[in-house]
Amino acid sequence: MKKLLAIYQKEMKHFFYSPIAYIVIAAFTVLAGIFFYLYLSSFVEAAFMDMIRSQQFRTPPQKFNVNLQLIRPYFWNLALISLFVLPLVTMRLYSEEKKLGTVELLYTSPISVSQIVLGKFLAGLTFYLVMLIPTVIFQALLFVYGDPELGPVLSGYLGLLLLGSAFIAGGLFISSLTENQIIAAIGGFGLSLLLWVIGWAASFSGPGLAKVLNYLSVINHFEDFAQGVIDSQHIAFYLLLSAVGIYLTFKSLEAIRWRA
Amino acid sequence: MIEVKNLTRYYGEKCAINNVSFRVEKGEVLGLLGPNAAGKTTTMRILTCYMPPTSGDAWVAGYNIWEAPMEVKKRIGYLPENPPLYHDLRVEEYLNFVAKIKGVPGNRLKSQVSSAIERAGLTSVARQVIGSLSKGYKQRVGLAQALLNDPDVLILDEPTVGLDPRQIIEIRQLIKNLGGDHTVILSTHILPEVEMTCQRVVIINEGQVVAQDTPENLTRRLRGTERILLELDGDTRTVEEVLGRFPQITSREVEKLSGNGHVRYALEVTEDIRNQLARAVVESGVNLYELRSEAYSLEDIFLHLTTKEEEAVA
Ligand SMILES: Nc1ncnc2c1ncn2[C@@H]1O[C@H](COP(=O)(O)OP(=O)(O)O)[C@@H](O)[C@H]1O
Ligand SMILES: [Mg+2]
Repeated sequence: MKKLLAIYQKEMKHFFYSPIAYIVIAAFTVLAGIFFYLYLSSFVEAAFMDMIRSQQFRTPPQKFNVNLQLIRPYFWNLALISLFVLPLVTMRLYSEEKKLGTVELLYTSPISVSQIVLGKFLAGLTFYLVMLIPTVIFQALLFVYGDPELGPVLSGYLGLLLLGSAFIAGGLFISSLTENQIIAAIGGFGLSLLLWVIGWAASFSGPGLAKVLNYLSVINHFEDFAQGVIDSQHIAFYLLLSAVGIYLTFKSLEAIRWRA
Repeated sequence: MIEVKNLTRYYGEKCAINNVSFRVEKGEVLGLLGPNAAGKTTTMRILTCYMPPTSGDAWVAGYNIWEAPMEVKKRIGYLPENPPLYHDLRVEEYLNFVAKIKGVPGNRLKSQVSSAIERAGLTSVARQVIGSLSKGYKQRVGLAQALLNDPDVLILDEPTVGLDPRQIIEIRQLIKNLGGDHTVILSTHILPEVEMTCQRVVIINEGQVVAQDTPENLTRRLRGTERILLELDGDTRTVEEVLGRFPQITSREVEKLSGNGHVRYALEVTEDIRNQLARAVVESGVNLYELRSEAYSLEDIFLHLTTKEEEAVA
C-alpha cells in the first residue's frame, strides 16, 4: 500500500511539474466555460423571451427547468470534452517510463505490477477530479442566482467520474503499449471515441448485435446520470469497463516484461 | 553470495547468452568483461529479475530467481546501462521515491536517503532537478539509487560509460570502496577498469564465458608464453639460423620497418631467453638495435581469448 502511494505521489508530481498539465487544465476550463456561457445565455434568453411573451399575450409563463434545460446538456458536454482531453492526461502515464528506461527500475524493485498500475490509474483519476473543479464553480453560480435541484448535479458528477475512470483505464492501457506519447494520446482518443460511437453502429445491425453495441456505448450509460438517475447497472458498467482497462494494462506490463 | 548456473537466454532465435556459470563470494568485486553485445546486460537483467532466462538457474543473496524474485529484488541495488532517472524530479525527491518503492521503512527513509546522497557525492546538488545535471552527476544519482537500503548485492552495468576521465576516476574509486560491505558485479568493456576495481574477472564473449580468474592469475596464465621484441639489421638467413637454435621460441612474427630497413621480430617464448638470445645475435654479426620482453596485459589476454573464441566458432 505504501509503495502504491509512492507511485501515486510520483505521478502527481509528474503532472504538476509539467507545463502540459496546466495547459490541459486551462484548455478544459476554457472549453467548459465557453459551453457553460453559451448554455446559460441561451437559457436566460429563452426564459426572458417567454416572460415578455407571457406579458404581451397575458398567458401564464412556461415553466423553465434549469436542471433539464441547462445542467443536463451541460453534463453531456463535459463528457464530450473529457473524451478529447483525457487522452492528454493518460498519454505519458506509462509510455514515459518506457522511454526513460525507468521500467528497469520499477521491475527490479520489490514492487508488484498491480501496485504500479493502480498507483498510476488513481493518479490519473485524481488529476481528472482537479480538472473538474472549475466546472463545480460554474455550477455553484446557478445555486447562487437560481434554485436548481442538487440531486442531478451530484449524480452528473458521479457519472462523469465513472466515465472518466473508464477513459483513464483505457488510455493507461494504450500508454502501456508504446513508448511514444503522441501515439499513446492518439490511440487513447481512438479507443475512447470507438466506445463512444459504437452505439451508432447499432442502427445498422441486427437486433441481437444492436443490443450488445448499445450496451457497450459509453455515452448511453451516461444519460441517466445527467438526468439525476443513479442506476446501479450503469455504475456496474463503468466499473467493469475500468476494471477491464486496468486488467489489460496489468497483462501488457507482465507481457512486456517477459519479452524485453 | 551469487551463484549462476548454466544461464541461457534467447531473444527469439538469437542466443544472447549460452550456458553462463560463475560464482561471486561475499564482499567481492567481480568484473564482467566483454566486448559490446557479449551478453553482459542480458546476464545482469536476469540476475536482477528484470526478465527470466530461457533456461538455467541463479541464486542471488541466498534466494532463487525463479522461486523468490521479490526477495532477490529486496536485496539488490541495480544501476542499469542507462540510469533510470525521472528528469523532472529533484535528486532528493527521486531518491525518496526509490527508497519508498524499495520498502525502506518510514523511520529510516531520511537517513537512508541522506547517506546515499553523501556516499555518491551528491550533497551539493541534492535539491537540483535531475534533468539539469551533467552526465557524471546523473550517473551518480543512478549509483545513489542503487545504494539505497544498503543492498547485499550491487549490480552495475557499465557504470563509467560516457563519463569524462576525471568522473571515471571518481566513480571507480567509489565502486572500489563499496567492495567489502557489498558484493559487487560490474560490467565493462574497458580492461583497465577491471584491473583497477575488481578482485575477480569473468570474461564473456558472444554469450559464453571464456575465462574467469583474478586479474593477476589471468596475466600469469599467459606468462607461460612471454613475448620478446627484437629489432635487428642484418642478413635474413643468418638471423633465421640464429633463431632456429632456440627451441623455446614457439612462434614468430616478422615485420619490416619502413624507416630504416630494420626488421622487427615478435617472438613468443616459453621462458625468458633474452640473455642467450642477445649473445647469439651479436656473435653472429647481426646488428642488434633493440631487445625487450613484453608482459601480456589483460588487454592482450582479452584479445587472445576472444579471438580464439571467434576462430572456434568460425
Ligand atoms: N531486447 C532484445 N531483443 C533482441 N535482441 C537483444 C535484446 N537485447 C539484447 N539483444 C541481443 O543480445 C546480445 C547480447 O546483448 P547484451 O546483453 O545487451 O550485450 P552487452 O550488454 O554485453 O553489450 C546482442 O547480440 C544483442 O543484440
Ligand atoms: Mg550492455
